[in-house]
Amino acid sequence: MSHLAKDMTPQVTWRDITPGCNIYEGGTSVTVETGDWRTERPVVDFAKCKQCLLCVPVCPDMSIPVKDGKRGDFNYFFCKGCGVCANACPFGAITMVAEEK
Amino acid sequence: MAYNLRENLEKGERLCGGHRMCAGCGSPVAVRSVLRALNPEDHAVVCSATSCLEVSTFMYPYTAWKDSFIHNAFENAGATMAGVETAYRAMKKRGKIDGTWKFIAFGGDGGTYDIGFQSLSGAMERGHDMVYVCYDNEAYMNTGIQRSSSTPHFADTTTTPAGSVIPGKIQQKKNLTRIMVAHNIPYVAQTTFMGNFKDIEEKAHKAIYTPGPAFLNVMAPCPRGWRYPSEKLMEVTKAAVETCLWPLYEVVDGKYSLTYEPKIKLPIEEYLRLQGRFSHMFKPGNEWMIEQVQKEVDRSWNELLQLCSLGAVAAR
Amino acid sequence: MSIRERLSGNEAIAYAMKQINPDVMGAFPITPSTEIPQYFSTYVDNGEVDTEFIPVESEHSAMSTCIGAEAAGCRAISATSSCGLCYMTEMLYVAASDRLPITLAVSCRALSGPININNDHSDAMGVRDTGWIMLFAETNQEAYDNYLQAMRIGEAVGLPVMICQDGFITSHAIENIELVEDDKVKSFVGEYKPAHYLLNKDEPMAVGAYATPVYYMEAKRQQAQAMIDAKDVIRKVGAEFGQMTGRSYGLIEKFMMDDAEEAIVIMGSSAGTAKQAVKELRAQGNKVGLVKVRSFRPFPSEDICDALKDVKAFAVMDKDDSFNGHCGPMFAEVASSMFAAGVCGPRGISYIYGLGGRDVRVESIQKVFAELEQIASTGVTGETYRYLEVRE
Repeated sequence: MSHLAKDMTPQVTWRDITPGCNIYEGGTSVTVETGDWRTERPVVDFAKCKQCLLCVPVCPDMSIPVKDGKRGDFNYFFCKGCGVCANACPFGAITMVAEEK
Repeated sequence: MAYNLRENLEKGERLCGGHRMCAGCGSPVAVRSVLRALNPEDHAVVCSATSCLEVSTFMYPYTAWKDSFIHNAFENAGATMAGVETAYRAMKKRGKIDGTWKFIAFGGDGGTYDIGFQSLSGAMERGHDMVYVCYDNEAYMNTGIQRSSSTPHFADTTTTPAGSVIPGKIQQKKNLTRIMVAHNIPYVAQTTFMGNFKDIEEKAHKAIYTPGPAFLNVMAPCPRGWRYPSEKLMEVTKAAVETCLWPLYEVVDGKYSLTYEPKIKLPIEEYLRLQGRFSHMFKPGNEWMIEQVQKEVDRSWNELLQLCSLGAVAAR
Repeated sequence: MSIRERLSGNEAIAYAMKQINPDVMGAFPITPSTEIPQYFSTYVDNGEVDTEFIPVESEHSAMSTCIGAEAAGCRAISATSSCGLCYMTEMLYVAASDRLPITLAVSCRALSGPININNDHSDAMGVRDTGWIMLFAETNQEAYDNYLQAMRIGEAVGLPVMICQDGFITSHAIENIELVEDDKVKSFVGEYKPAHYLLNKDEPMAVGAYATPVYYMEAKRQQAQAMIDAKDVIRKVGAEFGQMTGRSYGLIEKFMMDDAEEAIVIMGSSAGTAKQAVKELRAQGNKVGLVKVRSFRPFPSEDICDALKDVKAFAVMDKDDSFNGHCGPMFAEVASSMFAAGVCGPRGISYIYGLGGRDVRVESIQKVFAELEQIASTGVTGETYRYLEVRE
């Protein structure tokens, strides 16, 4: 009997569901795409970006990854398009662009 | 060691994406900041009161928490965390656990100022080695923006609507930070997100690593309930601080000090005009409301300055 | 070789707690269970146990700290009565649904209002839907014995256990009692080894999910199964306890039921009074008997049907009124068990008795048997819903 979160699908039976609806792993939400909530997406212009990293901590969805002290492109899987990062950037390197569907 | 944003971000995140908080919500910004203050090698158990944060970060089977997490009920994050912390001490005493574990409870203003107050007070009074972080969005947001004792004077909420007879909430905001100072706990601080997050990160680190109970009150704006465009999160917090409405200060073993003092104290309109929940205050004839609030802000700010010691204190 | 002592019910429970030496106790005082955390904190402060005691600020927080501690990986215990049990009710549901085998000692007391500090079962009955295993004691000995079995039962099925005794009647009255030796207790109760717990650095755990309609019902069905499974566990642990001490336990106790034509079903200390009534009536040639309920949750439907199937008339004695306008709570469960099993021959009545500590005397019970004899001989049941010893 698997007690992994990925096996707790909407078809899980009462015998197989984790007791108490407890989960025995951390961070299982990473499989949930919240990016489809967006109506606008942030776009970063790396020519303007000074890598000050001020945009990184303001993101409610951890959608600006940092590697080796530098920010990378947005994580569009999670990004909800709130625009806080665009407003926080002191160099105008982030613009919000209408999401095309 | 001086604070450095780049170094702080190298620590990685202990809150994951895929949670269901609203776009632009201040709460996860607060949470990830507090969790980043943990030393990466330390373990943590996080508790959340029933709240926007809880239902959005642990909707079965998806948990956004990398650490162990417990949710119990609305009013008992303090007591629940106290139980976990006590279990840790019991297991440590019996040689059943090793490593450094930290205990961080999160509650909204509802679960902290009001229904959760008893449980918080008890946990702090008993001296449990834990941190209680209130992410204060100034109303019961999860149930639809009802007033709490943290809701500011004249704010429009669904149980204190700005009506033709009664213009929003008639009471002032309860000063919980000061109440927690009166519990004689080693560390109390009031903070929010500004600039490179130095204030909140340093305070979170102190709160976590000072032995004994610690309380952090974090202003965490809610774009839905406060009615501002979600992208303006940092403008709103900045205005709160620069108008001295939400001073950034800490109290270490009962000694008050400011951690930030605005160079120019902005008039309260600069904060109020950003939010739809205060828009009725700008109607002609309602000037008295803004004057009233300005008086209250000034009184409270001066009281705080007195507490810190007369005059300006060097900002850190 | 057991140890003979003279202890009150509260003292006996505290003593059992001491012998078990659990990791954490979070408790708040309320009459008449107050002495339990008092005795226990004396043990703590004298170093006789190394339990961490949390003097919480309310009963709701008492159960909240127990939930936190048990989820963290520890054995957590508490004690309460009456309004305190009521106040922690929200938490009782969580403890059971989170599948945490917390142990709670209850010295039963009437619920307000009017405020009353004496015994009845309204507090325990008020929480019968919370999903806890509930065992009731007739004597101090049973309270002690039940407490020693509680963790073995709860930990086997993943459900919390309430050990109930009658406030003041057994909690404060001193009886001769046989104690089990410390080392025997330790080996009987064993160690708590949860498969998953919060303080596991190798495996994080998340407790207390928000479950949508897609999942909630499956979790509940699983919880229901644990309660069903508890019946056999209670029997098994009771038998093992019997091997260790000579005192065996099951879900019920049958007293002089073999050829009984009239019987009462009763729970708690009044069973002792009732046994005396039965003995006296038997001496006069009456074919009477008594069924004592030990496990109220899970409800021993099969055992009760089996015990009552051949009687002509029975009364279910309820030390609580759930005000359904028709009968007491235990009557409802007995009658539904019998009807569901097709046992429709015996005629049954519901008696509400002993509320707010109203004294229960041998003569009162004998009055009930006299009525049952009438019902048996005439075949006319009459009123279902009756009150014993209330001034008309």
